[in-house]
Amino acid sequence: MTLLSLDNLTVRRGASAVVDGVGLKVAPGEFVGLIGPNGAGKTTLLRAALGFIPHEGASNLAALSPAARARAVAFLPQGRDIAWPVSVADLVALGRAPWGAADPGHPAVAGALSRMGLDGFHDRIATELSGGEQTRVLIARLLAQETPLILADEPGAGLDPEAQIRAMQVFADLAASGRAVVASIHDLGLAARHCTRLVMLERGRLAADGPPREVLTDALLARVFGIRAFHAETADGPVFQPVAVIR
Amino acid sequence: MGRAAVFALALLAAMPAWAGPPRRVVSINLCTDQLAMLLAEPGQLISVSDLATDPLASSMIEEARAYPANRGGAEQVFLMHPDLVLAGSYTSQASVALLRDLGVRVVQVAPVDSLAGVSEQIRVIAEALGRAEAGEALVRDFEAGLAALARDLPPATAALYYPNGYTTGKGTLADDVLAYTNFGNVGATAGVTGGGTLPMERLIMADPDVIVTSAPYPGASRSEEILTHPALTELRARAGVVATTDADWICGTPHILRAVAAMRAARDGLEAGE
Amino acid sequence: MRLLASLASLVVLLFAASLMIGPAGLGFGESLAALFRGEGGPVALVMQQIRLPRAILGLLAGAALGLSGAAMQGFLRNPLAEPGLIGVSSSAALGAVIALQTGLAAAFALALPLAALAGAAGACLLILLMAGPRGGALALILAGIAISALAGAATSLVLNLSPNPFAAAEIVYWMMGSLADRSMTHVWLAAPFILAGGAALFTLGRGLDALTLGEDAAESLGMNLRRMRLVLIFGTAAGVGASVAVAGAIGFVGLVVPHLLRPLTGARPSRLLPAAALGGAAVLLAADIATRLIAPERDLKLGVLTAIIGAPFFLHLIWRMRRVEA
Repeated sequence: MTLLSLDNLTVRRGASAVVDGVGLKVAPGEFVGLIGPNGAGKTTLLRAALGFIPHEGASNLAALSPAARARAVAFLPQGRDIAWPVSVADLVALGRAPWGAADPGHPAVAGALSRMGLDGFHDRIATELSGGEQTRVLIARLLAQETPLILADEPGAGLDPEAQIRAMQVFADLAASGRAVVASIHDLGLAARHCTRLVMLERGRLAADGPPREVLTDALLARVFGIRAFHAETADGPVFQPVAVIR
Repeated sequence: MGRAAVFALALLAAMPAWAGPPRRVVSINLCTDQLAMLLAEPGQLISVSDLATDPLASSMIEEARAYPANRGGAEQVFLMHPDLVLAGSYTSQASVALLRDLGVRVVQVAPVDSLAGVSEQIRVIAEALGRAEAGEALVRDFEAGLAALARDLPPATAALYYPNGYTTGKGTLADDVLAYTNFGNVGATAGVTGGGTLPMERLIMADPDVIVTSAPYPGASRSEEILTHPALTELRARAGVVATTDADWICGTPHILRAVAAMRAARDGLEAGE
Repeated sequence: MRLLASLASLVVLLFAASLMIGPAGLGFGESLAALFRGEGGPVALVMQQIRLPRAILGLLAGAALGLSGAAMQGFLRNPLAEPGLIGVSSSAALGAVIALQTGLAAAFALALPLAALAGAAGACLLILLMAGPRGGALALILAGIAISALAGAATSLVLNLSPNPFAAAEIVYWMMGSLADRSMTHVWLAAPFILAGGAALFTLGRGLDALTLGEDAAESLGMNLRRMRLVLIFGTAAGVGASVAVAGAIGFVGLVVPHLLRPLTGARPSRLLPAAALGGAAVLLAADIATRLIAPERDLKLGVLTAIIGAPFFLHLIWRMRRVEA
């Protein structure tokens, strides 16, 4: 079974292709880290896969009706918008909307808050929280949607180390329980430690796709990112740390 | 003698003596236009105001077309080389003052506010034109016509209702027309003196026998919508007599007789209906 | 629910007060009885033909303005979006004036609300184009100023060119609005559009809630933004257009009411919609009663009152947004 299936996905902006012929299949159990330098096309790839922008090629998600898609995939956009001073519970409950009513009393809401370490935030006003707390609330909304697939655009941005690790752990656990997550990630160390698979984009094209240790090679890092990194296997798992710019 | 006449005669007295009647007369007021057209010798009147050809304001549009029209501005009027300008007392004071400074003789008359005032005003204009005899003849005809329309009937009630809920009350020519034709004026009873607004609610509560409205202008306006309001229409349908005001009601000229006759017919119609 | 119940009772109270207050100074029992009397004298005429349509139009127009303000704010995620401020009302007035002055409305009564609807829809479309969800507050307000100015100037031009001497004096009516001397005819013209527009806007609740998270998130939650945009334009244009066609442009109701009620509805757009509709009705009924109490003989314009109350709110909102952005 495949939860995400992209075939030759291409997005053009003017004459140039921002996403260029990307093919990708994601199965249950996978936590895919989407990596690449700024402007590589990560956000565009996610939005095109969801069918939000005009594209060529095929995406199984874009082919679904909006209602069916909302039950198949949950999406965390890059912009952390919270337009109105709603309560945290009401906000997270929006994740229940595709399943009927956005009921803040639904057990999935409390479960999602708890997973993100937000017990006791139930009645807080979302817009009055710190940026990191807001991101955790928005990830909780993603979880409350309880879809087989999650697409997240830089879920770790703006989070403190604890929250970053917690978010990655939550995604990894979801994958382990038979769901799948595709997240664009800038922190290669986090990606190396938590993802089951990495997809590296270079100017819209797929540069590499495979287990972290096969993707984060010195040659690819030098070519795509222009960096050199320290890499070690430890008792705590793989440690990966970019150390120098080489161009 | 009415205030208007005193005012006008005082102006005449203040002027230096002229030799003979004026030869080039320009009228810049709708009401003096019509009196001048009725009284002037052929060739004596050289221009009337542009309103004189407006069918919604003037009773003499056909006659007025024979005269060049003016818009009442001092420059335009002065260039016609008049030796007398006839104006209303509310005519642009700036234009009148400028014409006087330029040495033009201007006679101003106040709006007529009663039927008796019509005769006075005819005489004032006739005097200014040097046509006293023609004036007396016109007054005789007018007064005879008026007398022919007099009846002794118990008063009914009527309201004069115009766009924006405007009505005319005490001290107006229209009020006197109503009084002469045995109508009590609801506007006057409601406390309006001169012109003023009467909320439609109060008009309807007064339940007049006849509602006299103005004829609509071309084009649409919300101000006039009040005259076709269903509540008003229902009230008028109940009375069974429809009367409208028109150009004849505006000026104190012998044409007011037509307005008197129309209201006479409305009053007689009410009497017959009862 | 408690909020809606208390707002509803406030509306009922103000509706009754609107029926009871007028220059004719009728007794309470007398006027109430006359409202339901089949055939009647002057009192029944006043109650059924003058005060009842006025109260109904106050209720409907207020609800339409409050509701469309709340819906536009929810869709644009901007508390400054308001039909009056962004030129939707003045464009509706332009449509209405054109229908009246060309004689279209005289030939075909529905042309009046339809033309106003078209004007309002045009302005909505332009606003969404210029200051769509990503446009931000500045683009919204600037586009609104431009559209208002243009529509206002065009309205003045049409009225000035009218052969009717009264028309030119009515610019202030179209810009400020009034419910004086409206009739049941106006109610029948406006009510179907306002009700249809309201029904359309109420369907947006779920989508507006989801839009709290931004466009992409809302779309990922299954909301069809393109459909929502069309519903919003139709609903606002129908409600505001019909209100303006019969009562002129009345500003600030759609700004003040959602602003006041937002904290009481947990800021959720879906819960704000019915509250703003009731609140708008209450505000407009109250303002209309006030015009009758303050200057009974002068036809004080409704928009004057709503602006006197609303403009300081507007400044307050701008001040607050300035602080947040700083």
